Amino acid sequence: MAFVIEPSEPEKIVVDHLKFYYGNHQVLKDISFKVPEKKVTALIGPSGCGKTTLLRCFNRMHDLYPGNRYEGRILLDGENILDPNYDVIKLRIRVGMVFQKPTAFPMSIFDNVAYGLRLQGIKNKTELADRVEKALKDAALWDQVKDKLNKPATALSGGQQQRLCIARAIAVEPEVLLFDEPTSALDPISTAKIEELVVSFRDKLTVIIVTHNMQQAARVSDYTAFMYMGELIEFNKTEELFVKPKEKLTEDYITGRFG
Amino acid sequence: MDAVKKRKFVNGLVLVLSTLAALFGLMWLFWILGTLLYKGLGSLSWEVFIGDPPAPGDNTGGLKHAIVGQTIIVFLATVIGIPIGILAGTYLSEYGKGSRWANFVRDLSDVMMSIPSIVVGTFVYAIMVKPFGHFMGLAGSVSLAIMMIPIILRTTDDMLRMVPPELREAAYALGATKFKVIKDVVYRAAITGIVTGVILSVARIGGETAPLLFTSFNNNFFTLNIFQPMASLTVTMYDYAMSPYKYWQDLAWAAAIILTFGVLGANILGRVIAHYKFKK
Repeated sequence: MAFVIEPSEPEKIVVDHLKFYYGNHQVLKDISFKVPEKKVTALIGPSGCGKTTLLRCFNRMHDLYPGNRYEGRILLDGENILDPNYDVIKLRIRVGMVFQKPTAFPMSIFDNVAYGLRLQGIKNKTELADRVEKALKDAALWDQVKDKLNKPATALSGGQQQRLCIARAIAVEPEVLLFDEPTSALDPISTAKIEELVVSFRDKLTVIIVTHNMQQAARVSDYTAFMYMGELIEFNKTEELFVKPKEKLTEDYITGRFG
Repeated sequence: MDAVKKRKFVNGLVLVLSTLAALFGLMWLFWILGTLLYKGLGSLSWEVFIGDPPAPGDNTGGLKHAIVGQTIIVFLATVIGIPIGILAGTYLSEYGKGSRWANFVRDLSDVMMSIPSIVVGTFVYAIMVKPFGHFMGLAGSVSLAIMMIPIILRTTDDMLRMVPPELREAAYALGATKFKVIKDVVYRAAITGIVTGVILSVARIGGETAPLLFTSFNNNFFTLNIFQPMASLTVTMYDYAMSPYKYWQDLAWAAAIILTFGVLGANILGRVIAHYKFKK
């Protein structure tokens, strides 16, 4: 049995009996919960529990590879994004993603951040410059790169590249931002900076973050979902989940008895 | 001898042997370049580059017809080969990825890479020269292009597949279409490798003689008409080297130098451009 609460805030995303298959292999088993709007929700659990798979359902990243299949519904503002007729391009503009490894494109710092804006057809130079500057400021990177916007992004450090990717993702002003273990390839100082950013997005956009670092989940999130072997075991306010877990499995995991 | 000493000895021995093997391989390269310079440098002059073809027994004349012909033939081959090779490589890596058809095409292209070049020449002879009734420069370009395509296809395919999937996903995650992802991100990430592949393929076909023998053949006069037989450095070199005239033989040495250093120069230039333009 799973313990899943109803968040008190309005819901942004409703996961409704979601099942996911890689070919014949079922990875997600009947998951249902509500992601609150403009809050940070963490997905935790041991390796292979399906947390990243779940995250990649929210922007239908699985569509890129053949043989993947969804069942059930994911409602974004009431609309089922798993409907084959739902426009994935529009979905991915509304739901941004930051990956595990920094994925700076082989182009200048400016062009990296402007990429998503240009994809949407924004050509006006002033508007592009303004929005790139705002995104870089919001990602706390502006002061370090403002004098070298035309330099290649790949020359930045790993932590800076990751913040660049965050700037690139928020430049298009998504409603939801997905983070897939964004600090697992970074040093502690860069990690702290990314965590500060995640916290700063609270109240501005809906954040879902996958992490296998429980302290990180506790530090940055409002709600936490604990997953195990493809199932959602517990979804609760982060404080509650870490202080008074309702499920035995959750308790065992957060006290380090397994995983 | 104890174990440590033995390991050190084996280590030293392998180092010496592999160094010698490397020097042995390089020796031939420098020997060839040295012989070329020694025999050919004396026959290089302005006359070689700007002079019209020599008459038999004459001691004046140059290789202008062959240099221009060679440039036209190789340039056209490149113009035909690059788009087809790159598009086909893109198909294999991006669109047909993992499909049986794509794997079949990849294998076929590998087989094509090892087809003897004279076979390509006779094939083009059959499909172009015979129907039109005469040799022509364009047919030479087509046979060189046929040799180029599998090389460009393979390097493009390899280079695109080396682009990390996360980079593609990141572009998709911003709402890019497949074509945009390939054009804006994948090509940019792989451009240095693709350019190198193209240059290597040009260098590879630049020195081919056999595919031109049955196609562009040769011409003892200067021409810019690609529908006429056209001289090339390689075929001219072959003809002149076989001729009884000392002056023609000297011109063949000059042609060998021009060809070798032209290909070498193109190679170096391409790498330098790739380095500065795309690595920055």
